[in-house]
Formats: sequence, structure tokens, C-alpha cells
Amino acid sequence: MIAAPEIDLISLAPVLVLSVFTMLVMLIDLFVGKNKSVLVFVALTGLLLAAVSSFAKTDWPVSSFGGSYVVDHMSVFFTMIFCLSSGLAILLSVDYNKRENIRVGEYYSLIMFCTVGMIILASSTDLIMIFLGIEIVSLCLYVLAGIRRGDTRSNEAALKYFLLGAFATGFLLYGMTLLYGATGTTKLAGIAEALSHAEVLSQPILVMGVVLLIAGFGFKVASVPFHMWTPDVYQGAPTPVTAFMAVGPKAAAFAAFFRVFTTAMPELAPTWEVLLSIIAVTTMFVGNLGAIMQTNIKRLLAYSSISHAGYILIAIIAKGSLATSALLFYMLSYTFMTFGAFSIVILLGRAGKENLELEDYSGLGFKAPLLGLAMSVFLLSLGGLPPLAGFVAKFYIFQAALNEGYVILVVLAVLNSAISLYYYLKVIVFMYMKEPKGDFQISLTPITLIIIIIGLIGTVQLGLFPGPVISLAHP
Amino acid sequence: MLESYTGAAILLLIATAIAVGMVVATTILGPKRQFADKMEPFECGESQLVSPYQRFSVKFYLVAVLFILFDIEAVFLFPWAILYKKLGLFGLIEMMVFLLILGVGLMYVWIRGGLDWE
Amino acid sequence: MELLIFYPLALVSVILALFVVFNKSPIGSAVCLIGMMLGLAGVFILLQAHFLAILQIIVYAGAIMVLFMFVIMLLNLKDDDTKWKIRERNIFLSSATGVLIVGILYKIIDVTTDTKFDSPATVPDNFGTVEVVGTALFTDFVLPFEVASILLLAAMVGAVVLAKSKVD
Repeated sequence: MIAAPEIDLISLAPVLVLSVFTMLVMLIDLFVGKNKSVLVFVALTGLLLAAVSSFAKTDWPVSSFGGSYVVDHMSVFFTMIFCLSSGLAILLSVDYNKRENIRVGEYYSLIMFCTVGMIILASSTDLIMIFLGIEIVSLCLYVLAGIRRGDTRSNEAALKYFLLGAFATGFLLYGMTLLYGATGTTKLAGIAEALSHAEVLSQPILVMGVVLLIAGFGFKVASVPFHMWTPDVYQGAPTPVTAFMAVGPKAAAFAAFFRVFTTAMPELAPTWEVLLSIIAVTTMFVGNLGAIMQTNIKRLLAYSSISHAGYILIAIIAKGSLATSALLFYMLSYTFMTFGAFSIVILLGRAGKENLELEDYSGLGFKAPLLGLAMSVFLLSLGGLPPLAGFVAKFYIFQAALNEGYVILVVLAVLNSAISLYYYLKVIVFMYMKEPKGDFQISLTPITLIIIIIGLIGTVQLGLFPGPVISLAHP
Repeated sequence: MLESYTGAAILLLIATAIAVGMVVATTILGPKRQFADKMEPFECGESQLVSPYQRFSVKFYLVAVLFILFDIEAVFLFPWAILYKKLGLFGLIEMMVFLLILGVGLMYVWIRGGLDWE
Repeated sequence: MELLIFYPLALVSVILALFVVFNKSPIGSAVCLIGMMLGLAGVFILLQAHFLAILQIIVYAGAIMVLFMFVIMLLNLKDDDTKWKIRERNIFLSSATGVLIVGILYKIIDVTTDTKFDSPATVPDNFGTVEVVGTALFTDFVLPFEVASILLLAAMVGAVVLAKSKVD
């Protein structure tokens, strides 16, 4: 007889709840008629229950399944972010899908599958689980990016993302294999333990493994030089999917990136710190300088998300508990600002004409003052101006880095923040200082209004009173 | 350790011998009546004078992907079947959960019409 | 004795792999790839990884190559497109990659001819059998096993969404 392994279903509660609800959405879609609005309710209920059930274990950190799954403050906080971002993405898609004629049943279930993958990614402490999580997330995103099958840009986005993503996954898997070969275990804690022995640490294949892991994760978080896909994919994917991609899956990839590098390989830090610092700096510069030249709002936000990946990489370099909470806080505030900005981008489009050029934003500030104001708030927050969430988020990351003594890195990051203000302000200049080109046909539905309000409240609240959330993010 | 493969090697040899033997035997023993239609390569009744690079419908692709997915599912069943007695109830539950999840997938594909040709 | 089997197998695999690269038609490349995978499965058997060998044949040589064939047929390459074209401006990149690969191979040979590798650790008798792999899969790796089903389910939905020809 083989003894049954320990099974801890309570730790797994959010994954289980969400998986069941995902399958429910899939199946209900097959049996309801034309009116699919019930799916939105089922999906949102599932996400809400998943978020609640992540508190099923309270005595953090709880490690289960032989050390391959963990519930700690990081995984719970990330689960919150994921459920929030997926919920917002689903709400954001309701009107968009009607407008663009996208079949919603699969759309919602793919977003929820993706969320399952993200939760797994943020809670796993085993290389195989992390790989599976990344695969679930990427697979759903490939499909979601190409879900407008009649649109060539959408096809291009899906194909580009898939081909490059498959390569990146290969790198990642190869890196994991080398790490496993050197240490003999796939558990992150086991790897850290093995690396504390000098004869294991001196193996040359470890360096190669680290480089390949950085390449793999670097692609998933869109850092330079693995960022080439980002503008095209962000531009081609349906806009709600773009917003979702920029937030949820990116946060999940960062969670795994952070966990693998800080818990499994602190011994190798001298090797990867240098590499990551170079990548972080080039990512910030390429992202910000690239964004300056864009005239399409989706591409601009894509480059802006590349530069944000650069700032967040600093949190990984800084390690430590302060860096953890800085990472969590950053991802949460990034969720609010990004979804806010994208919801306005969607609002300006209409069937057959998406109005994505900066020119199309001319005069928005007078024609729809409140929308213009909201957009300005989101953009300035992305740029990191006080007293908004983006400022506090950046401040915490820089502080974590300064505490560890990475002064040059922080100086360069602050410089980049200043550069980034240029292109965020450029959009605002278009909105307030140019004559409107055509009339805006804005049909503000209650759902979009709710998202914009949630985004505004989050952005301002986290900027003015970050205390409660930070104490929640702190271990 | 290679001795344990003797059986497999013999099986392989016999299988090859039977296949080769059949071809050789029909060539030697069979009557040889040759006429034009018979000497043409036989391709399931299809005409031979078409380009081999015909465009396949995307439907084939869907079938192939679903085949791979269920093939992988089947691969997981092999070790489970071998260990079935040793794993006991736990193994049964585990595999049933696995099959249930994929069963939902099958049901979805079926109702959605993924298995229909038209 | 093992080497007597290994060298022919490895030789055939390498030659077929070269054919995959140099073959003029994609279908021919795909067929060579199947042969190469079968050769690889033989190498796995020699390494006592039986289960892996069977997987290699069932999943790769079987299912995935069928998909390759369908994709090649789906792309419907015209006669002149079926010949690979060498792009001149990539010569620099290709030679750089070549140098890199030779360097890596050199390093690998350098490391593996180290005395440490002269006496590989003895593996247990039942290493790599379906039983041992299964035991690991259903005990230590039970969570990845179940998560894999979610992955397969998501893949099914994705395949139907992208490839179902008629959207109702």
C-alpha cells in the first residue's frame, strides 16, 4: 500500500471555489439562451467567494502539500488583487463585448481560468506548480488576446504573443530543469537549503539556470529585452483584456518571480542582483523613452506598463519584508489606476471606431469635464505625482531599495519618473489645450461609471491614507 | 539489465519478420495480372493528379488539438492503472476528480459542437 | 552491449535531426522529426526511463506530430514557399549562435569528462518504471497532477474558441 499524502483542501479553498465557479460559467453558458447577463453574476460571485475563502486559514504562513503550496500574507493579498482585477475586467467587458460582438461565455470562463492560474502562481512554492500556473495564465491570455477572430490586429496579437510566449516558457522550464539538476529538488525551500552547501553553490549550471529563469520571467512581466511583444499585443488585444493583462497576470508573474528569487536563491543573490539591476534600469529607460514617441493611447499605456515593470523589479532586487509589502502595495495601486485609465479608453470608443489616437482625445477636458478630470487623475497617478496612489507606491519601493543601499538604482528610477511625467502630461495637454476634432459620443453606462468611481476612490484613497493597506500588506 | 529486454526484442523481431514475410510472400506467390488501372498508386479512390499541398480545413486542427488533450489524459491513466490496487481509495478519488474535470471539458466540447463536423 | 545499441540509435537520431533542418519540404521535415523522436525514445529506454520513452512515443511521435502535420497542411504552403529560404542578413546572427553553441558544447564536454562523472551514482533497480513514476505522481506531486487537469480544461475551451469554424 502507498500511504496517501497529506491533503489540505482548506489552504486550497480559493482555487477550488474559483475552479468550480469557472466550470459553472462554462456550463451555464451552454444552457441559457441569448441573454447572458446571468453569467456576469455567477462569475462575480465566484470571484467574491474566492477572495473571501482565501481567509479560510488565518494562522499564516501555512505550508501544505509537502511544501509546494503556501498561504501567507503575500498569497492572500495577491489573491485579493487578482479577484479584484478579474472582477473589474469582467465588468469592463460587459458593454465592450456587446459592442464588439464577442461571445461572452468562453470569455468570462477564460478570465476566471486565468485567475485560477494566477492564484496558483502566487501561492506555490514548488517549481512544477509555478510552471503549471504560468502555463494556465499564458494559455488563457493567448486565447483572450485573439478572441476577436475577425480582426487582423487581434490575430496578430494572439500569434505574436503565443509564439514568443511559448519560447519564453521553454526558457523558463529549462532554467527550472537546471536548477533542479543542481539541487535535486523542485521545492523552493529545498533549493534554498541545498544552495547553502558550498559544493552545490559552486556549480556552473546554476548561473545558466538563473539566467534562463530571468529570461522566462522577464518575458512574462514584459521587461527589456523581452518586451518586444508588449506594444503589439496590448494594441491588438480587446481593450478590457489589455487592461486585465497589464494588471492581473503581470502581478502574478511578479509574485512568482519574487518568490523564486528571494526564497529559493538568496544565496545566489550576488549573481542575479547585478543582472536584474541592469534589466530594471534598461526597462525603465526603454519603457519611458518608447512611450514618448507613441501616438496611440494603447501603445502608450503598453510602454508605460513596461516602465512600471522596471520600478517593480527594484522591489525584487531589494528583497526583504519591506520590499514584499512595497510590491503588494504597488500592484494594488497599479490595479486601480490602470483599470481606471483603460475604462475611459474603452468609453471613448464605439462600434467600428475605437478612437485610440491621442488626437481623438483633443478637447475631452471641456466636452466632458468630469471624464477628463478622472483620466488626468489616473495618468498623474501612473506618473507618480503626490498625493495619488502611484506616488506612495513608488515611494515605498524606493524606500525599500534605499534601506538595502541601492542608491544609484533609486536615483535612476526617480529620474525615470520625471521622464514619464512628460508623456502622461502630453495626454492631458491634448485633453485640455487642443480644440476638439469631432464630437464625442459618450454613452456612460452605470457599469463603466462604477469602474471609474472604484478606480478614482482607490487611487485617491491609497494616495491620501495608505496606512491601513500598508499595514495589511506588511507581514 | 539489458537481458530484461530480450522478450521485447524477440517480439520486435517477430513483428518485423511477419510484416516483411507477408510482403515477400505475396510478391512471390501471388498471381501477376497487370493492367493500367491496377498499376496506378491507390489512394483511397482519390484522383492522383492533384497537388499534395491542398489546404486542410481548420476543423482538422480542432480535432487534432482535442486529440492531444485527451491523449495526455490517457497517459495519466497508465501509471494509475498499474498502481490502482496499491493506491486504494485515495487513488480512486484522485483520479475521479481528474476525470470529472476533464469530463466537464468533454461535455462542454460536445454540447458546444466541437465534435460535430459541420 | 549498451553502447552497441546506443551508438546506432544516437547516430540515426542525429542524422534524422539534421534531415529535419535540411529537408526541402516541411512535410519531409515532420516525418524525419517523428523518426528522430522514436530514436530518442530508444535512448530513454537505455537510460531506464521506460515511462518517459512511452510518453515520447504516444504524446510526441503520435499526437503532437499529427498536429504538426495538420498545421503544415492548414498553412497550405505553395510550391515555392515550401523551400526554406536563407536570409543573408541573418548570417551574422547565425554564426554568432553557432559559435555560442560550440562553446556550450565544449564546456559541457569539459565538465562531463571531469572525474566526478566517471562513476555515475548507481540507480535503484526499478528506477524510471511506470510504477515509480506513478507513485511520485500520485503522492508527492498530487497537486500538480490535479492542476494539470485545469490546464487541459482551459486548453480545451481555448481550442474551441479559436478553431470552431462556425460561431453561433
